[in-house]
Amino acid sequence: MASIKMRAKVSDGVTTIKALISHPMDTGLLKDKKTGKTIPAHFIQEVVCQHKGTTVMTATWGAAVSKNPYLSFKFKGAAAGDTVSLSWVDNKGEKDSADATIK
Amino acid sequence: MTSMKRRIFLKGSLATGAVGMAVSTGLLAPRMSLAAWSKAAFEAKDVNSAVSALYGAGSMTDSDKIKIKAPDIAENGAVVPVSVTTSLDGASSISIIADKNATPLTAEFTLGPTTEGYVSTRIKMGKTANVIAVVKAGDKLYSAKKEVKVTIGGCGG
Repeated sequence: MASIKMRAKVSDGVTTIKALISHPMDTGLLKDKKTGKTIPAHFIQEVVCQHKGTTVMTATWGAAVSKNPYLSFKFKGAAAGDTVSLSWVDNKGEKDSADATIK
Repeated sequence: MTSMKRRIFLKGSLATGAVGMAVSTGLLAPRMSLAAWSKAAFEAKDVNSAVSALYGAGSMTDSDKIKIKAPDIAENGAVVPVSVTTSLDGASSISIIADKNATPLTAEFTLGPTTEGYVSTRIKMGKTANVIAVVKAGDKLYSAKKEVKVTIGGCGG
């Protein structure tokens, strides 16, 4: 699955990560308009970003993060050419990960 | 089935009161190094219990070193862009809370030692509410808030 789009850019020693994940992020409150059944909750619970084996960011999310979540943050200590990896796990145990090279 | 169990669990922990709450959150929120998903915090129905389930302590100090960037008026509550920047030293965690949502806690970010005090994401808001940013720096909690008017809610309905 290629559910993650990620860009990493370094400027003055600070790396900015921007990531978009395709995911429905269903809250479990919404009803299907055709069947009238409640759509079960299905959302990303944890996102981890690592650089050279160190976790630079762990995000834990509730269902109130928007559909197809966007995430951005910054960290120091990485150089252009380094690889950062991002992975997520949702409440159904589905997961995905992706790597990006810092530019 | 699992959601029923959760409801029963929540009722039980509320009934046993403050002591029970403290014990259950202590068991359920292994906050420190492994950031496990905190069910108690994400299913809490009000801001204070969400914060105490997440961080173990409920008292927050208002801080002008936290800046929330969010729209004054969000036309679509399903997608509200929120950025939080903090210049507090040693910030280790940032949480974003929408206080009128059914479950106010939307997201929590644990920062590594080299991570800057900045996160940006998009959240859903049921109705006009304060977006509260809680920052943990050292052993203390700091917060700031900003009102966002929502014209169309984004949490079902």
